Amino acid sequence: MNVTIVDYNSGNISSVINSFKEAAKDKVNIDVTPDLNKIKSSDKVVLPGQGSFKSCIDAINKINGLVETLNEFAINNKKPLLGICVGLQMFADVGFEETETKGLGWISGKVSKIDNQNGKYKLPHIGWNEINIIKDSKIFKGIEKNSHMYFVHSYEFIPEDKSVISATTDYSSNIVCSVEKDNIFGTQFHPEKSDKIGLKIIDNFINL
Amino acid sequence: MLKNRIIPCLDVKNGRVVKGINFVDLQDAGDPVEQAKIYSDGGADEICFLDITASNENRDTIYDVVEKTSKKCFVPLTVGGGIRNVEDINKLLNCGADKVSINTAAVQNPEVVIESSKKFGSQCIVVAIDAKKNGDKWEIFTHGGRNNTGIDSIEFAKKMEDSGAGELLVTSMDRDGTQVGYDIALMSKISSKVNIPVIASGGVGNLDHLVDGIKLGNASAVLAASIFHYGKHSIKEAKEYLDLKGIPVRI
Repeated sequence: MNVTIVDYNSGNISSVINSFKEAAKDKVNIDVTPDLNKIKSSDKVVLPGQGSFKSCIDAINKINGLVETLNEFAINNKKPLLGICVGLQMFADVGFEETETKGLGWISGKVSKIDNQNGKYKLPHIGWNEINIIKDSKIFKGIEKNSHMYFVHSYEFIPEDKSVISATTDYSSNIVCSVEKDNIFGTQFHPEKSDKIGLKIIDNFINL
Repeated sequence: MLKNRIIPCLDVKNGRVVKGINFVDLQDAGDPVEQAKIYSDGGADEICFLDITASNENRDTIYDVVEKTSKKCFVPLTVGGGIRNVEDINKLLNCGADKVSINTAAVQNPEVVIESSKKFGSQCIVVAIDAKKNGDKWEIFTHGGRNNTGIDSIEFAKKMEDSGAGELLVTSMDRDGTQVGYDIALMSKISSKVNIPVIASGGVGNLDHLVDGIKLGNASAVLAASIFHYGKHSIKEAKEYLDLKGIPVRI
């Protein structure tokens, strides 16, 4: 089996690479590349993302044919894809970080700044927060309700169809922190930085 | 609910862990990779490496330490010390650091913070403020506490937030290494002036100091070195104590 981590210059992805290699334990091949053919031929794709919504979308658009390849992989061929942090946010139709930016449009909704309630909540939302699992998601197999995950973000994904939400976390409001729609998975938190429990989620995705 | 974080800090020199009293009198105390692994297995919420003599010496050893650690520890890793420019940051992130902590360069050239937070995202840019009380204000020190800039730390904190810093690591130079507790007035003052998380540092001698840093200093996270490093307390003990005192922690 092949899992490809899409390397589209979205910032620091070394932790994502390390964690997938750790979870794969040499049984699964982990590729890190922007190569379109590699992506097409892989069994699963990971879409990381750091920095702003706009910077990630711009970086994806810079690679000729990448959006089309990802669309073909996730939407047409319905192969498993996991978006992490801004990787998840990009599933939306539109994001409002820096400036209004069109997303991939895979899951209808928008990405807006977390309401800090006039400074009551510090932003970014940094640290360990409990997730409230509200839907059985395949990537949560063996994960206890209210497990702690590591977050670092200032923007939140607000999907139109609430049935895609698999977990929320409480910070200012119930922030969507995990989605599952058919073959498309996303986590707002960083499984790659969430210790053993995060590695378990990665392992679940690899073994889907 | 978001939990308050406990961050053990390892001072690293030439690839080895040391912890100084007021940044002098260094004692060798182990291998940073092994230490970091012990901390992350013990429940540390993040790990911090501070390359203490990096401003003056060859610092390539830290890259090797970061690379090895990031393959063994799956909690956030922050690395500071001697970071001069965007290229240094890029190199550390590529080695597996999740965040970098910028001190001297942020003071000398705030453009580094603006540029790096744009390039890599605010989430990985921590600005380290080393402050010392002088009269009724706290002044910023650079170069590992050797140079007084005379800059007011509260104003500087605000400026760093505006420049794109994702967090502030605030160290009291008066308290660092003394084990008498954080400078609570400094922590709470900075925390009330900015809307980004503040990590309290410098002066922890017992577990009550950690409680004070969060309850009185309004810090989002507490950083400590020697109380963990010489086995006085484990991370687990610290968390259980904070929990007992009603502070939300990840257990």
